[in-house]
Amino acid sequence: MIRLHNVSKTYVLKGRRRNGHAARTVQALKDIDFHVPQGQIHGVIGLSGAGKSTLIRCVNLLERPTTGTVSVDGRELTGLSGQALNAARHGIGMIFQHFNLLTNRTVFANVALPLELMGVKRTAIRERVTPLLELVGLDDKASHYPAQLSGGQKQRVAIARALASRPKVLLCDEATSALDPQTTGSILALLRDINQKLGLTILLITHEMEVVKSICHRVSLISGGELVEEADVGDFFTAPRTQLGREFLNDFLKLEPPRALIERLEEAPGEHSHPVVRLAFSGDAVSTPLVSRLARECGIDVSILQAKVESIQERTLGLMIAELMGTPEKTREALDYLESHDLHVEVLGHVQRDD
Amino acid sequence: MSSAMIDLILRATLDTLYMVAISGAISALVGIPLGVLLYVTRPGQVLAQPVLNGVLGVITNIGRSIPFIILMVAIIPFTRVLVGTSIGTNAAAVPLTIAAIPFIARLVEGALNEINPGLVEAAQSMGATPWQIITKVLLPEARGGIFTALTVTVVTLVSYSAMAGAVGGGGLGDLGIRYGYNRFNPTIMLITVAILVVMVQGFQSLGDYLVRKSDHK
Repeated sequence: MIRLHNVSKTYVLKGRRRNGHAARTVQALKDIDFHVPQGQIHGVIGLSGAGKSTLIRCVNLLERPTTGTVSVDGRELTGLSGQALNAARHGIGMIFQHFNLLTNRTVFANVALPLELMGVKRTAIRERVTPLLELVGLDDKASHYPAQLSGGQKQRVAIARALASRPKVLLCDEATSALDPQTTGSILALLRDINQKLGLTILLITHEMEVVKSICHRVSLISGGELVEEADVGDFFTAPRTQLGREFLNDFLKLEPPRALIERLEEAPGEHSHPVVRLAFSGDAVSTPLVSRLARECGIDVSILQAKVESIQERTLGLMIAELMGTPEKTREALDYLESHDLHVEVLGHVQRDD
Repeated sequence: MSSAMIDLILRATLDTLYMVAISGAISALVGIPLGVLLYVTRPGQVLAQPVLNGVLGVITNIGRSIPFIILMVAIIPFTRVLVGTSIGTNAAAVPLTIAAIPFIARLVEGALNEINPGLVEAAQSMGATPWQIITKVLLPEARGGIFTALTVTVVTLVSYSAMAGAVGGGGLGDLGIRYGYNRFNPTIMLITVAILVVMVQGFQSLGDYLVRKSDHK
């Protein structure tokens, strides 16, 4: 439904050109290739300045890519301009971090705006706007002005407005970043609802793992203008493949070894040191009595430093940081045992024991 | 006070109102579109035309930098062509209008500049044409700012129109100079000033009311 092929975006920085040197440029996006199939909710996550905003603006050509092609619903937008591009944009809704509602229009008139732009007749507009306001739960606020609404209500109006032209694609630019956690939850629930009811394809960008966790099917990780990782959300939360992915996950799960321990961690195993491992397990492994088996079958002691069980959509995810205490041979054996059980094992380091 | 005097004051008040109304209306009709043009042709805006924008900017600045009293005298030939005379309220309305156009344009441009650029972006994402962005987003969103600009302009026109007396334009300023100052009649002077104060107060209150009514920020 949304396809980006080899998309790059380079900005030319304004400023003095120094004797003959070319103007300085900044590459905001590098060779982005990705595809969001019909009906999917795809999240793009990254730190600020990673190129998320530029990426989502390239989809409806608010930013024109320097090179590459963008297609939505089988139509190549990068080949369009003027009227044809405006017509294509009617098929792409967009919502924003700061809502961007017109302050001098009522809720009703805000939702009606895209229809007015398309030249829809007054009576047809009324027939379309009223059910949309019901859908987002604001039918009693039709004649209010945005200034009279809360943040969550404003975003609901923006969602209704984005849906007015019956788009097939919805772009969400940090749509919940300005909202409190509770309101975020209700907006995400609304988006999920719309995705299911209307079969709408949603592309969202965010810096919050919570958003990805609660509604996305697939996630892309963007860094320095490049997509560095793409995975199903369940896989991403169990075993991110990149360092940045792990940082996002650890930050989200707040699962880091205690600071005092980190300072004592050594990279190489020693005569009297024990490995400290991070275990991630999903599916069946969650319900397996793992620790007691390790103790029994490998003859080692396990000291749990931190542990957490998260449910990511339909999947359960267990995470644990533990020190495996035993002789080097025994602990080696234990690591092999863990790896043979479909667990994701990461040795964080080794810690000296003076016993 | 003689009834002739009262007649004179009444006549002068109407002359002032007439000059302000004519020049205010025409300068708004030209100045608002010019202000919109100054804004939308800026680099990065919906109808970016950097060269046109630069030229309009310079013309506007020239218009604003000429002192009104000089402008009034300098364009007398033009005024004569336009209204057939260089004396009277119609003749005075010409330089008043020309002075007010760049004034309004810059104020309107400033009002448009206050609009959150996100609103234009949102309209673009809905497939709005530049004309639709101007008529459905920029002008309605800047309504309050535009009414403020018009109020400031009208109040300025009231005081400028007093200078029109210098070229035989009539009105309260003229009356104040001729009867109050030249003929040493402090009562007339006081009355004209009092009427001008009331007039400005009235325009300001009306403007404030319109801004309140039209803006829902």
